[in-house]
Amino acid sequence: MNNNYFEIIRAGINTTFQDQGRKNLYHIGIPFSGAMDNRNYLLANKLVGNELDHPVIEFAYQGPLLKYCGDNINIAITGDINFMIKRNNINVDGKCYQTFNIQNGDEIDIISTNKSVYGYLAIGGKIDLKYQWSSCSINTKANIGANNGKKLEINQKINISKIDKDLNNNKLDYINTKIENIRIIKGTNFDFFSQEGKKIFFEKEFIVSKLSDRMGMRLDGPKIENIVDTNIKSEGLIKGVIQVPADGNPIIMLSDHGTIGGYPKIGVVISADYDKLVQLTPGSKIKFKEVELSDAETLFKLYELETQNLISRI
Amino acid sequence: MIKNILNLGDAALYCDFGTDVNKETNIQVIRYFKSIQNENIEGINNITPSYNKLIISFDLKKTNFKDLKNIIENLSITNINDLKNKKIEIPVCTHESFSLDIKRLEQILKKRRENIYENFFNKEFFCYMTGFIAGMPFLGDLDETMRVKRLETPRVKVPKGSVGLTEQFANIYTFESPGGWNIIGNTPLNIFDSTKEKDPNLIYPGDTITFKEITKDQYHNHNE
Repeated sequence: MNNNYFEIIRAGINTTFQDQGRKNLYHIGIPFSGAMDNRNYLLANKLVGNELDHPVIEFAYQGPLLKYCGDNINIAITGDINFMIKRNNINVDGKCYQTFNIQNGDEIDIISTNKSVYGYLAIGGKIDLKYQWSSCSINTKANIGANNGKKLEINQKINISKIDKDLNNNKLDYINTKIENIRIIKGTNFDFFSQEGKKIFFEKEFIVSKLSDRMGMRLDGPKIENIVDTNIKSEGLIKGVIQVPADGNPIIMLSDHGTIGGYPKIGVVISADYDKLVQLTPGSKIKFKEVELSDAETLFKLYELETQNLISRI
Repeated sequence: MIKNILNLGDAALYCDFGTDVNKETNIQVIRYFKSIQNENIEGINNITPSYNKLIISFDLKKTNFKDLKNIIENLSITNINDLKNKKIEIPVCTHESFSLDIKRLEQILKKRRENIYENFFNKEFFCYMTGFIAGMPFLGDLDETMRVKRLETPRVKVPKGSVGLTEQFANIYTFESPGGWNIIGNTPLNIFDSTKEKDPNLIYPGDTITFKEITKDQYHNHNE
């Protein structure tokens, strides 16, 4: 019998299990998935003493309200999140980037993300989840991953199959920074766009649209004129690709993107900026800035070094 | 052969096999795809073959564009006879409850439905690629006289199993999804099964496909 579990009192807007994602499946049509903001995913696991590739609960905007039943367990929340821990009818304000020891009957109320999209809840122990292609990551479009590939719902239980006995308190001083300038490398169809279109792309502001999710981020703003062809023969996509369909509004491919697509690619967001890109809320203003491949590679090394440094400080 | 290898962002190779869409070019793409897959090259995350391109995405923590490009350029490529592709027959019911766009096709192609189906069911198709949604096969080539554009306004929901036509290709919706292809029938076969991790697709790039007409009774008895 499993006696340790979280009961979902409120599911939140888009609450899923995510981990490092699944690879070698694009040719079948299955995207990478995995935690959108990889740095915050890793930090959440490290805080509770998990292996870094453990599944965590990812939420967007409004998170879940969870009631715990079982032996004491550690949790940690990362991102920029307003949350409360409720014990014996007393609410304690939660702090991101530190562990909380949760007891039988406690409630974790993840109220909202703060000017950001995604947050992560890591649980110190093993969650009883189904793996598909070596990953629990839920892809709600193809219904792949844990929980039959569906987002978490009210009244469900999250069963903990093993609690981490080591209930150390960990803490990290870290503040998420925002970006307005998204650095990109020119795409393979950059020359499909008019001189004016290219100029607009690099000089004007774009606004993150409400029609953004784990698959893609749509942008509103000045139209980017195509002078060659608004369709290409369908070809492979990767996350970060910026496609411009016939209507002239760019769409950035995110972690659950379709594996192939037929719109011209004007650019690709560099790997170093991806974690911060996905955190941009609808209404955010962004500008694109071109960098060379060698610069992008150096910037990623620096970003990765910073991530490793944060991990080692926990 | 690969005409050119470019970088797609900082973590992918864009291998260009030209601009043509035909079986010969696509077979080259698939040969490269299978050869690279067999090599298990450190750092590669995904290899995506399409009509005339091959995208190789990689983990920037483990490798980089220059090193991987060098490896790909010096790779020995599988002989065409080693591809081990399958021939598969797909049963399709064309009952009016399934053939959502046949009237539209009759008008655009100026053909009677019997002629459209006769042409379709006598055709041998080649699978160029799978994807967009999990397991969806892109099958070609339809005759010149059978080619139509996408619906102007895509459907919000295309039923699972729907067989659609657009330009020179036929496809099959592996699960319910939005889509704009012209639907002419429905197959009771499960084209994608996520519970079969080793072999989730019924159809893979390079396979040969024919369609066989079945009655509505046969359709409903198929899975019993």
